Formats: sequence, C-alpha cells, structure tokens
Amino acid sequence: MLRALLTVLTLLCLPAAVLAQDLQSLLQEHQAQIAKPSRKKIGPALEALVASGLPQAPEFLEKWQGKELYRRTKDGLFFYAAETDAGMDLTDIDSAVITSGVDAATLKQIKPNGGVRKAISEALVQFQLSSPDLQRRQDAVDALARNLDPAQLGALETSISSETDTALKARKQQLVTYIAARFGDTPGQRIAAINSLASGISVETRAALSQILTTTTLAAQSAPDANIAGTVELPRAEAYALLVDTAGLPAPITSDDIRKSLEENVEGGKVGTVSTVSLNTDTARLVAYDLLVDAGKAPARVTEDAITTALNDWQIYHIYDEPNADITTAAKAAQDTVNTRVNVSQSADLALDAISLASIYFLAAIGLAITFGVMGVINMAHGEFIMMGAYTGYVVQQIIPNYTVSLIVALPLAFIVTFAAGVAMERLVIRWLYNRPLETLLATFGVSIALQQLAKNIFGTQARPLTSPAWLDGALVFNDVIQISYIRIAIFVLAVMFLTLLLFILKRTRLGLETRAVTQNPRMAASMGINPERIKMLTFGLGSGIAGIAGVAIGLYAKVTSEMGSDYIVQSFMTVVVGGVGNIWGTLAGASMIGTLQKGIEWLNPSNTLAAQTYMILFIILFIQFRPKGIVALKGRAAGD
Amino acid sequence: MSQTFITRHPSTLWVLAFLGLFTLLVSVFSEAAGVGLVSTSFVKTLGKTLCLCLIAIAMDVVWGYCGILSLGHFAFFGIGGYAIGMWLMYARTEAIVAQSLSANIIPPTDVEISTAIGNQIFGVVGSSDFPLIWSFAHSLTLQLLMVLLIPGLLALVFGWLAFRSRVTGVYLSILTQAMTLALALYLFQNDSGLRGNNGLSGLQNIPGYEETPQAFISIAFFWASSAALALGYVLFAWVTAGKMGSVIRAIRDDEQRVRFLGYHVESYKLFVFTLTAVVSGIAGALYYPQAGIINPAEVAPIASIYLAVWVAIGGRGKLYGAVIGAVFVSLLSSYFTGGSAPDINLGFYIVKWTDWWLVLLGLSFVAVTLLFPGGIASLFDKLTRKS
Repeated sequence: MLRALLTVLTLLCLPAAVLAQDLQSLLQEHQAQIAKPSRKKIGPALEALVASGLPQAPEFLEKWQGKELYRRTKDGLFFYAAETDAGMDLTDIDSAVITSGVDAATLKQIKPNGGVRKAISEALVQFQLSSPDLQRRQDAVDALARNLDPAQLGALETSISSETDTALKARKQQLVTYIAARFGDTPGQRIAAINSLASGISVETRAALSQILTTTTLAAQSAPDANIAGTVELPRAEAYALLVDTAGLPAPITSDDIRKSLEENVEGGKVGTVSTVSLNTDTARLVAYDLLVDAGKAPARVTEDAITTALNDWQIYHIYDEPNADITTAAKAAQDTVNTRVNVSQSADLALDAISLASIYFLAAIGLAITFGVMGVINMAHGEFIMMGAYTGYVVQQIIPNYTVSLIVALPLAFIVTFAAGVAMERLVIRWLYNRPLETLLATFGVSIALQQLAKNIFGTQARPLTSPAWLDGALVFNDVIQISYIRIAIFVLAVMFLTLLLFILKRTRLGLETRAVTQNPRMAASMGINPERIKMLTFGLGSGIAGIAGVAIGLYAKVTSEMGSDYIVQSFMTVVVGGVGNIWGTLAGASMIGTLQKGIEWLNPSNTLAAQTYMILFIILFIQFRPKGIVALKGRAAGD
Repeated sequence: MSQTFITRHPSTLWVLAFLGLFTLLVSVFSEAAGVGLVSTSFVKTLGKTLCLCLIAIAMDVVWGYCGILSLGHFAFFGIGGYAIGMWLMYARTEAIVAQSLSANIIPPTDVEISTAIGNQIFGVVGSSDFPLIWSFAHSLTLQLLMVLLIPGLLALVFGWLAFRSRVTGVYLSILTQAMTLALALYLFQNDSGLRGNNGLSGLQNIPGYEETPQAFISIAFFWASSAALALGYVLFAWVTAGKMGSVIRAIRDDEQRVRFLGYHVESYKLFVFTLTAVVSGIAGALYYPQAGIINPAEVAPIASIYLAVWVAIGGRGKLYGAVIGAVFVSLLSSYFTGGSAPDINLGFYIVKWTDWWLVLLGLSFVAVTLLFPGGIASLFDKLTRKS
C-alpha cells in the first residue's frame, strides 16, 4: 500500500527532467541490485524504474524476468542478448541498435531468482495496467481477475484514475472491490467492500463471497475458540469416519477387514477353533473374529456402543477460515441477499426457458391443430412434414451461401414444398378415409415410414446442419443468470406471428369462414355453395405448409435428421389434445402448459431430461382423465360428437 | 370348448393342425434332431415369429374385434420380456458369481454374493445396488408371476382410467402411444434400475442348462412358443365367439348403441384390453430369451405401430389374418433388411433393399389400407368362398 502511494506520488510529482533520463543510466545507478538481484534489495531499483515512467521500462522488465538481460563485464553496461550461430546478438536497451557476433565470454547473463521475478512481474503489472494499448490493459485485468492478488491492489487503484475505457474502468473498480473484500487491510474496509458486493449477481461476486466464507469441518469435544459457522449433523458412518480422521479415534473394523483377518489366520481349514466352511454368515464371522481378538491376533472391533458414545462426546463444527466474525457475518448476509436475487433471476430464466419450449411445441403442433383439431384428420406424417421443411432449408443453404438470404428464401419455399406434399397426400390418401379415422392414422403412418426412409436414402443418416445467420447467433444476456439465445427469441416471434396469422385466416377471411363451415357441417356448407373437397384440400395444405415453416425454425436450433419429426409427433398430439381439439387458443394453452410443466419438472430434477419427459407424459395421461376435452373445450354444437 | 365350438369355428382347427404340422416339421429337420436342414438361428427366428403371431392375435382381438386401436401393446410385450429377463440375468450372474467366489478361502456371505451380483449387473450404469424392482428377481416363480401381473395391472389401471372417462378412437390411440413413449423413456434412464440404454443381455443362456447346446434350447423355446400360440389362439377364438364375442364386435361397430342396450361397455373393453395385455406379456417373455437381448428401443412407440401394420396387412377381425400378417411382414422384413436380398440394378440406380424396403413397406401399407381394408385374409376368404 505504502509503495503504491509512493509510486503515485512519484509519478505525479517528479518533474519531466527525470523522464528525460535514459534507461541505461538509471540502471547504472542501481547496477549492483540489478546485476545481483535479491528479493530484499530489489525494491528501490524497481520503484525507481516504475517512477521513471520510461517507455522502455516494461520491455526491460519483461526481458529481465525472462533472463534475456546480460551485462558486459568490461564496462558494466546492460544489454538484451540472444544467442545466434556466430556468438551473441546484443541489443542496446535505449536505442535498440543491434551488435551481432559478440563473444559470449565478455558477457554475463543476469538470472533473477523466483522471488525477484515475482517482484518484477508485480512491477510489470503496473505498467500493463496503465499501458496505452487497450488490449494489453484488458489482458492484464483478465489475468488479475483469474488470480486475485492483494499485492496488485495498489497498482490497480492507481490505474483506475487514468483509465479511459469506461467498461474497463468499471471492471477495474469491480476487481478492486473483490480484492478489498477478500484481502483488505482493516475489517472496516473489507466489510464495506463486502456490503457493496451484495448488490451483485455475477458468478464472480458469488465466488468472491463464497471464498470469504470457506469453512473447515472439525470435530471437537467443546466449542472451539474460533469463528464457528455452525454445527453439523452427519450420517452416523460419515460422522465417525470424520472422528477417525481428525480426532484420532480407532477406525471401525469393516466386514471386509474381518474377512481379510480371518483369511490370514486360516490354518488347516480352521480359524482358531472354527471351521472355515461355517463362516458364510456375518454372525459366524464375528464370533470367529472375536476369538482372534482374544488370542491377540487381530485388533479389537469398535463396538456400536463405542461409536455412539464417541458421537455423543464429540460435536462436529464448521469453522470459518476467516477468523473475524464481523466479516463472515457481513459476507453471509451479502451472500443471502445475492442468493435471493439469484433465485429470483433463476425463476425468470426458467420462465423464459418455458416460454421458449412452449413456442417450439406450439410451432410443431400448430399445423396439427389445423389438420387434426379443425378437420379431425389424424396425420401421423405431420412430423415428416416438419422434417421436409427442415431439409428444404438445408438444401437452400447448399445453393445460396448467404445465410440471411437463404433463410428468407427457405421459409416460403418450405411452405410451398410441404403445402404441395400435404395437398398431394390429401388427394391421394386422406380423402378416401374421411369416415374412418383410425385407418387414416395407419395410412398416414405408412406415409410417414416411407418419407422417413426416403429422407434417409437421400440425405444419409447423419445430422445435417441448418446454420442460422450471424445476427441470430449469441444470446440476449440480462445478467449472469438470465439469458436467452436469439434463435429462441426468433422462434417465439415466429410462433406469435403464426398464432396471429392463423387466427386472422380462420376468423377474418373467406377461406377461414368456409373452413369452419365445412368442419361443422359439410353437407350444409356444400348446399350453401361451398366446395367441401376444395376447402378440405386447402386446409390440409395450409396445416402441412405451416409444419414446413416450423421445420425450418426447429432445424435452426436443433439438428436436421430424418428422425426429427418423430421426436415431436407425440408431443405435438399431446399439445393439441391437452389444449382442446378444434381451437387455436387451445393449442396455445396446451403448448404453454406442456412447456412450463416440462421445464418445471426439469428444474426439480435437473440431471434428467428423460425423467422429466416421462413424468410429463404421465401427468398428461392423468390430465386427460379429468378434462377429456382439453383445456379449452368447445361447447354446444361445434363440439360435435 | 366342446364339439360345437370347433364345428362353429373350423378355421381354429385348421390353424391348430397347420401349426402342429409346422412345429413337427421344423423339429424333425432341426439341428437338435441331427438333420440340420433348419439351422439353429433360423429355428430361433421361427420361434420369435410365433411369439410375434401371438401378440398379433392379441392386437387383432383388441383392435379388429373390439375397435380399440392400441398403440401400446408392444409395451406390454416388452414388460414381459424385461420381467423374464431380470430372472434370467440374475440367475445366470448368480451362478457366475458363485463360481468366482468359491475360490475364496472363506465362503461368501449372502450379502457379499448379492453385492457381487449387483456389481456385475449394474456396473455398466455405474451402480451396484439392487433397485426395488429387482426384489423378486431371484425367484423364477415370482418373476413369471410378474410377467402376467405387471402388464395386466398396468393395462387394468390405464384402461380403467381411459375407458371411464370415455376416451375413444384416435384419442385413445394417442394416449396409448403416450403411455408407450413414457415407458420407453423411463427405461432409457440409467437410474430406472433396468440398465438404461444397455438393456438386459445374455438372455439366451438359460440358468441350470449351461451345458445344453443352443440347438436344444432353441427347439424347446420353439415348442413353447408354438404351444403358447395354439393356446392363445384357442383362448381368443373362444373369447370372440359366442355372446361375449358378439358384444365385443358390437362395441367396435357402435359403442353408444351397445351402451343403450344396457351392456356395461367399459367392463367389456377393460376385460379385452387387460386380457390381451397379459397375453402380450407372455409373448414377450417367450420372445426375448430367443432374441437374447432386450433394450428400451424395443419398446419405443414405433414397434407398437408396426404391430398394427402387421395386423392391418394380414387382415383385421380374423385371428388367422393377424397370424398371416405377422408371419408375412416380419419374415419379409428380416429377409429384406438382413442384406441377403439381391439388389436390383435399374441401370441408372441400384436399388438396395436395405434402404428401400421401408419405403416399400410404408407405401404398400397405404395401399392395403386404401384398397384392401380386409388385408391378405380377405383374399383368402374370397378363394375359399368361391371354391
């Protein structure tokens, strides 16, 4: 600290005359310390170097540290030198003039020891932190952040005032706080720094706080004279193991130990007086072992009673490594505040995740909501339409290298391709089966198998990338906890667009009116001059086309494979059924519920996505028991049946 | 089951006679009989096909007769396989462990044996403790009981929930599919206690018969499968005949009307659903010792849909139709995907059957649904009626 202040003072007060001095002469002033550096005596020389503010100083420090500094024996001048084939290349410290071919015998290498090198690097950091090059300052700060060193506090504080980059300045101030919180000189200083940490949320803040709050586990018979974090109740075996480790109590004899001792003492098929054949139960072994103990051939067992007594006598404490209780209290309070905020943020992040998953399910299911929900046609090949859309996107990217343009082309093209496929399927297969829903299911499943295998034959089995344009890369970061990738936002936006578009088509256009009419009563609609065949075909095409666009969106965030459709098909049907058939809003409700639920279950058991899906499906099966018509159930005549 | 039953259902007699003859022929020409015209692996394939026929007729009863398109019967099949597989694996590992521990100076305790078995079985999923569901794995009797009970109870509970809330038609299909998916996902987890992705393996080795060559074991299982199919066929022929059969078919045709006639539709459906689930479990328990390995992928929803495909191609509503479909499609599938089918050279493109078989199957499935709703069995019927 004192040295830092001195540095600041000298930097500010020393006149330009000093600056004009060249490095060599400065070095000569301290030549004894530099030529034979020692940790104790190097201080003044380094301070003088830092104080000089010479532009050559950082380079000199680096070379010195890197053992590239040499001293010419005859006049004691310092040079940088590098070995070449023809002797040594000498570089003048100030003028950088190179003299080559110097005899190595005339030079003496200067080898600073570890302690000195550390001192040099500290001095160097001060230069780097105030270096005119932003990148070097950045690097120095990053290095400092990785390894918080209290010795650098002075240098860091000094450099803040002259820092021009706002972001870096804030970062430096942050680091000063971290260092002060952990290594500050007075408890008051530290507590102030800790309190200011309470407003943060970043991983670093949390790490700094938890480093202050590190504890050691300790067994003691009475409360130890230390900063106690609390007492702990451990499971019996674990607690006793700790006593064995820390309090020197005898280790319990495990059944494995017993077996080994018995095996060691087998003589002529007998252990003592017991035949080995009878030793196939734990009780028999214990009896035989106790006989060995009596004979003095094995250590005595630690009885359960002894363990219980020991556990009663000893108490297990967590002791803060930090001796000052005020500091740990403040840090604990700060940590609690931070954790509360982290929890709130995590909930927000979870909500964002849920919304994003819900929009993916919504996208996957919305086409189905039309074909299945509105028309009552169960299309098992819906997933394959999603796949088809994704592959369309992939093919377009192969032709158009610009990702933005290709995306703009791919979206409508995917719609056209799958619209055509949907219309073709409706004409060729589905219209013959309108009165036989179960058979529609099977026939469309046949189409699905064929399409999937066809895709495998064409594109192979490995996943194909559908690369998103650069502006969709990365994530929107709110803080260290809440963030969401731009692709997910895009999918959300797309889902909202589809919702609006479909609602508009179904409620506000002629096609929508006719679709609803045909859905409710095809004969009546036909007698009003609507062509039901045409409407069904168009509606089915629309549903399929939307699946295609959804495929492009899903392909952007997941990989494109021939099986991607079947990954979504069951969930999509679930979404439609849970939401309530025949209603776009229902699909939205279903997707929101399933998305939220799945993320919620994942949050309870984060390691296991499979379990989350399992429980979610079970929940849905139960849910349908209680609301067979889904969340948004149609009422009256529209409900049909 | 009297004279009248057989006379009213001559097809049953035909099928049984044909099955008996087939079993006899295969046995005579098998390696076990010393002839070797039918290889052991082909005997296994045939035995497996018989098990598939058994589950296919179960599917036919529940779908073709009762009108419930269940996309979950292969889950019951898998459960049966897992149930028997647990015993097979446990007993075999126990024998191996006992062998290796017998070298110890001091005989092992029960706990040591069970820990060693646990390590052997669950080492692949990084565990050594026996999960609760393995509590009965040491006993063949109990585990055989599980083959019947678990599919039966699952079907009972699921069916009761679904039928009482009047979930019908495609909704029920989707729900059963969801059930299957849930089961498959559950089995895929490493901590499900069933070795996750690895499944159960080494099931072809029957504990206690380590010395018996596979040729004999395969024939034994072939006979067992054949007997099970025969019994199953008679059972289902009996169920679908008579008054109950009429009610079941009436439910398929118009559930509402049957309900108005005063029948408790749900009970009938639940009975059929549970009974077929139990039979599926038995079929699975016979199938997997012949296959040698079971893993969660076998239970995936797609398998149940293929089951529906077999029944549809064979002909719904006729038990022999289901048998024909299962034999025809599963044998053709294994022929074409096995790589032994010759490629067709079109000059500009070589059609590889391993690649194109599924496309063909899918399309022919569409064609059968559209053009021959009666399946192969209906062609059969036309021929017999004309003659």
